[in-house]
Amino acid sequence: MGRTLIEKILSSHGGGECGSGDVIWLEIDNRTARDFAGASVVANLERYGGDDPVADPGKTFFTFDCNVPANTIPYADNQQRIRNFARSRGLKVYDVDAGIGSHVVIEDKYGKPGTTTVGTDSHLNIMGSVGAFGQGMGDVDIAFAFKTGKVWFEVPPSVKVTLEGMPARGTEAKDVALAMLGRFREHELLGKSVEIYGPWADQATLSDCITLSSLATEMGAIIALIPPNDNVLKYFGMDRDEAVYADPEAVYEGEHILDIDGLAPMIAAPPSPSNVHPASGMADVKIDGVFIGSCTNGTYEDLKYAAELLTGRKVAPGVMLKVVPATRAAWSRLLSEGHLKTIFDAGGIVSNAGCGGCASGQIGMTGTGEVQVSTSNRNFRGKQGKGETYLAGIGTAVASAVMGSIATVHDLPEVQA
Amino acid sequence: MNGEMVLRGRLWVLKQDGRLFSDIDTDMIYHNAHLAVTETEKMGQYAFGNLEGYQNFADMAEPGDLVLAGDNFGSGSSRQHAVDCFKALGVQAVAARSFGAIYKRNAINSGFPIIELPGLPDGTFTHHAMAELDLMEGTLTSGDRSFRGNPISRVARDIYIAGGLFQYAETLKGGR
Ligand code: SF4
Repeated sequence: MGRTLIEKILSSHGGGECGSGDVIWLEIDNRTARDFAGASVVANLERYGGDDPVADPGKTFFTFDCNVPANTIPYADNQQRIRNFARSRGLKVYDVDAGIGSHVVIEDKYGKPGTTTVGTDSHLNIMGSVGAFGQGMGDVDIAFAFKTGKVWFEVPPSVKVTLEGMPARGTEAKDVALAMLGRFREHELLGKSVEIYGPWADQATLSDCITLSSLATEMGAIIALIPPNDNVLKYFGMDRDEAVYADPEAVYEGEHILDIDGLAPMIAAPPSPSNVHPASGMADVKIDGVFIGSCTNGTYEDLKYAAELLTGRKVAPGVMLKVVPATRAAWSRLLSEGHLKTIFDAGGIVSNAGCGGCASGQIGMTGTGEVQVSTSNRNFRGKQGKGETYLAGIGTAVASAVMGSIATVHDLPEVQA
Repeated sequence: MNGEMVLRGRLWVLKQDGRLFSDIDTDMIYHNAHLAVTETEKMGQYAFGNLEGYQNFADMAEPGDLVLAGDNFGSGSSRQHAVDCFKALGVQAVAARSFGAIYKRNAINSGFPIIELPGLPDGTFTHHAMAELDLMEGTLTSGDRSFRGNPISRVARDIYIAGGLFQYAETLKGGR
């Protein structure tokens, strides 16, 4: 019988002939912990392992992506505790300058197609973007992964989603992801490994794939796997036969078709990522701020597009535009190519590489009554502060910043030459 | 509880309105008011302290008891206390039609046996009767009644025999 993509990856990492429902010991290629929960991982290792080394220092590292540089003393304490531990065990730390861990894992090509990665970040299933396994877990499980190089995992059921047709011009990966959230909500894909097929997935850039897979968590899915297309293979310098794909005769628990032909920009209104509507027709929603960045929409390509749309335009008076590149490498390239200057000249604020938009202590926070358009992935009440957060793609975020109310790229006035 | 594969004990059949109690969440098992407790021994007194009809469970439970519930046992938060409170009382295992995903992870990691009995009809088993739970077979038996569910997985067995996830890590030393 044929196997699905996740079954093939897990089988080749210790699962043997595994299928849905089997509980397996899974060999982990890359084990990471971030600054959130990383100190608890260290505490577990010290409690249970004393001075023991970790299983494989070359495949085990810390990433500081949440509070960078630390902006409270407890965070600084935790980060220093991690650094000291890492030094004593010879582990690499991607320190406060490096950016979001999940992106760094892809950028530095640890997270190649077909590999397995675990860490304390609930969005590590972003590895699905390159046809690899990734999963966020608790500090006990991750400490165990550091110590032994494995975790146990229950093979999830697989479903196949075929995206039919091509979205309209001016529609982005985020809009496709939001369309999926609007269709499947939080329950239909709950606990599933989702494989994405169709013409859009075949031509998506790595950045597009990252955006789509980063929203698997909000869909309740274990992971959204995109079989590596030519763009992704090229990035890793791999051939098709070096990557992992589902068997043609693989059996899925369910198959869904979602028509995205001619799809227009979408937006998720508070209070949940699945409260999705077309972004046009919301012009009466006045906004106070825009956040561009996060593991969902913080790549070089995303911010370059934002800068292009801002060229010759200005952020509306009274609106804050906060921009956070996901990684130092993205920052560097945006800097040298002049895109950060464009964003600055348009009235934007550019912050250091990292998460930036999600939790208390970061720069995406809102106050009571504040309305924000954000390119990140969560808009639950209280998550980013007391205000109202709308989730959208780069085009809608920039257009809203320029217009001062929710708008799409199609609403942007022509730039005067 | 030294890695026994057949557990014998008195069965608590948790019921609500005459049916197996479903959707018992972690607040009903171990209320968040007591999360500051860190020693396992002190957690027992709060077990089911917030579960309607079973608030006196901690006083009435005896070491060796088994617990039976309906669907989705342990949904809700990730607190480990909701597993450890049973270990503190000497409760040997929980069987249920299904478990919340995080609860399942926590129970397995802590070496506490749980057995899934999907489709178990209401009224199969009698409250406080003696029962036998066979982990390898996934079977619950009491008197002339028996129901077969899912056997314990290899992984859960490895961790259970070792006595917990990190104890299992010790057994890997040298062998790998
Ligand atoms: S950007 Fe937000 S959701 Fe993404 S990894 Fe960082 S904290 Fe998590």
